[in-house]
Amino acid sequence: MSAAGAAPGGRPARVLLAKPGLDGHDRGIKVIGMALRDAGAEVIYLGLRRSVTEIVAAARDEDADVIGISVLSGAHLALTRALLAERDAAGLTDIPVTVGGTIGATDAATLRELGVAAVHGVGTPLPEVVATVLGLAAATRELAAATRAAVAG
Amino acid sequence: MTAPRPDREQAGVLPARTDSGVPVHLVYGQDDLAPGLTERLGPPGGAPYTRGPYPTMYREKLWTMRQYAGFGSAEDANARYRYLLSQGQTALSVAFDLPTQLGYDSTDPMAEAEVGRVGVAIDTAEDMVRLFDGLPLGELSVNHTINATAPVILAFFLVAAERQGVPFDRVAGTTQNDLLKEFLARKTYIYPPAASLRLVGDVVAFAAEHLPRFNPVSITGYHVREAGSDAVQELGLALASAIAYAEEITRRGLPFDRFAGRLSFHFSATLDLFEEVAKVRAARRMWHRIATERFGATRPESARMRFFSGCSGTVLTAQQPLNNVVRSTISCLAAVLGGAQSVHVMGWDEALEIPSEESVRLALRTQQIVAHESGVTRTVDPLAGSYYVESLTDELEQRAFALIERIDAGGGMVAMLAEGIPQRWVAKTAYQTERELVDGTRVKVGVNRYTDDADTDADPRLFEPDPSAQERARDRLREHLRNRDGAAAAAALAGLAAVLRSDANVMPALLDCARAGATIGEINALMRAEFGEYREPAPW
Repeated sequence: MSAAGAAPGGRPARVLLAKPGLDGHDRGIKVIGMALRDAGAEVIYLGLRRSVTEIVAAARDEDADVIGISVLSGAHLALTRALLAERDAAGLTDIPVTVGGTIGATDAATLRELGVAAVHGVGTPLPEVVATVLGLAAATRELAAATRAAVAG
Repeated sequence: MTAPRPDREQAGVLPARTDSGVPVHLVYGQDDLAPGLTERLGPPGGAPYTRGPYPTMYREKLWTMRQYAGFGSAEDANARYRYLLSQGQTALSVAFDLPTQLGYDSTDPMAEAEVGRVGVAIDTAEDMVRLFDGLPLGELSVNHTINATAPVILAFFLVAAERQGVPFDRVAGTTQNDLLKEFLARKTYIYPPAASLRLVGDVVAFAAEHLPRFNPVSITGYHVREAGSDAVQELGLALASAIAYAEEITRRGLPFDRFAGRLSFHFSATLDLFEEVAKVRAARRMWHRIATERFGATRPESARMRFFSGCSGTVLTAQQPLNNVVRSTISCLAAVLGGAQSVHVMGWDEALEIPSEESVRLALRTQQIVAHESGVTRTVDPLAGSYYVESLTDELEQRAFALIERIDAGGGMVAMLAEGIPQRWVAKTAYQTERELVDGTRVKVGVNRYTDDADTDADPRLFEPDPSAQERARDRLREHLRNRDGAAAAAALAGLAAVLRSDANVMPALLDCARAGATIGEINALMRAEFGEYREPAPW
C-alpha cells in the first residue's frame, strides 16, 4: 500500500482529519490516520471539538487534498452542512470532504447529495477507507495540475 | 470477504494467545500454578479480595441491574426511567447530552446540533428536579455518567434531593467523576489535568464529609478499553489513575481510610470470557495491595474493590446486528463470573444507534436470564481454582503492575497524560486490533468470516432528538432566566469565582449557585476563565 500515498506531482497525499462538534469518540479517526500514514500519506490531525471555520482554514493553510471528518454522536448532517457551506464560501470547492461515523444508508445518501465525496459508516473495512481517501487525494492533485497547465497554456 | 475454510476451522484457528496477547498453553495443570495460591485468593469477602468483595456474593444479593439511559429533555428521560423501573430495573444510570457534559447551556451556539442527542439536557438544578419528578431519591441509587462537570451536576442533584426532603446522608449513587480517563479515552475533558484533579478531589472530600452512601468517583478502565486498549492496559491505566487520585486527596490532608471505602471502579466486559474474569479478579487483588502497601489502608473497606461492569460496545457489530444479543450474553456472563456489583448490558442495536425500548428490555432480560436461569449465581467465584483462570489472573496482575511501574517511572499518570504518552499506547493497540481484523487473524463473525451476501448496508433508525424536545429544553432555560432572582444568581456566581481562585472546596459555592438558579453554562464559563481549556498533544 505504501506507494499509493504518493499523489501525482511527486508529493505525498495530504489529508486533513478533524472532529467537529462536541463528540469525543476518536478511536476510529486515529486508526484511519495511522493507516493513511502507513500508506504513505501526510496526515494533519486537528483533534477534537474543532469548529468548521478552523477546519476549513487549516485545509487551506496546510494545502490539504482531502478533508476527513468523523462524527459518532449522530450530529453528522448538521455539522457536514455547516462544513460544506464554510468550504464553499472559502472558495475551496476542489477539496473533497469525507465523513465517517455512525451513519446509516439513508443519511449516507443525503450526505452524498449535499456534496460529500465519500461516506464511511460503522463497519467499513479499513483498506476501503484508505483506498477511497487516497483516490480522492490523487484526483485533487490531478485537477490542480490540470488547472495549472491550463493557466500556463 | 474471506470464505469459510472448514478444514482450518476444525483444527482451531484461534491464535494461541488471549485477546490481550497472553500466550495460552494447550492444557493447564498443577504445574502452571505458582506456589501460594491459597494466600493469593483469600476467602470471598476477605483480603486480598480476589474472590469477591463480599462473603456471600449473589447468594444473598444479586448485582444491581443498571441500564444506562437518558435523552431529550428532562421530561423525556423521566418517562424512560419510570419505564425501566416498572420493568424490574433496580437503579438508574443517567446519560447526559454533550453540552451538559462539556458545560454549555442548551442555548449556546456550541450546543447547537447536540442538545438532547446522546443523553438528557440539564441546564439548571430545576431541570434535575424535573428529571427525578416522582422518583424517590431517598430510595433509588442513581449513577451519573458525568466527568468534567461532575461537581456542578452533583450540586444540581443534591438540590433535587433537598426539594424532595431527602437529607444528603440518605442520597445514594455514583458520579463517574474520573477525569484522568477522559484524557485517556472518553475525551469530555475541559480543564487541564491539574485543575481537573483538584475538582475530582473536591467532590471526593465533600462526599467523605456529607454523603456517606454516595460513590464520589468511579475509576474507569471501561472507556480505555473501548478506546482500543487491551485488558492489561485497561487494568494498569485504571489503577494508575486510582493511585493519582489517592495521592492528590491524601496530599490535601484527608487520610486514605476516610475516603477509600467509597472509591468505586468500572471495568469493561468483552468477549474473551476467561481473560475478562481473570482481569477483574486480578484488579481486586491489585487494589488490595496498592491500598495497603502504598497508602497504608487499615480499614478493610479501604482495600476492598467494588466495581460496575459495562458490557463492551466495541465488540458489537453493525453487520448482522442480531448476533450482538449473543455477544452481550457472553459479556454479561463474564461480568457476573467476575463478581461485578452492578452490570449494564448493551442493546443489540447499540453499534448503530441509541437503543430502542425493545432492545433495552432485551438487554435487561439478558441479565435476568443469567441471574435466574443460568445457575452461575449459586456459588461464589465459581471459576476459582481453574488452572487456566488462576494462571491468567496471575499473569495479568504481573503485566499490569509492570505497566504501573512504567507510569511511576515516567512521573505518574498526570505527567504522562500531559505528554500524551498513554493516549498513544491506547491508539496503537486499537490500530493493531484493526489490522488483525483486516488480515483475518482476529475473527469477527459476520464481518470478516461467515458474511452473508444478503447482508445489506445497515440503515439504522438513528435516534433523532425530537426538535420539540430540544426547543423545550431551550424554552425552559429562557423562561428560567426570566423568572429567577438575577441578583441572587449573580451573587452566588461571584462567590464561586472567589472560591475558584482559592484552594477552598468548590462544592459549597456550587450548591449556592445551584440553589440560586445559576446555569451550567454560567458556572463553567467561570471555570474556563480560571483554569483554561486542555488540548491533546498530537497522536503521532
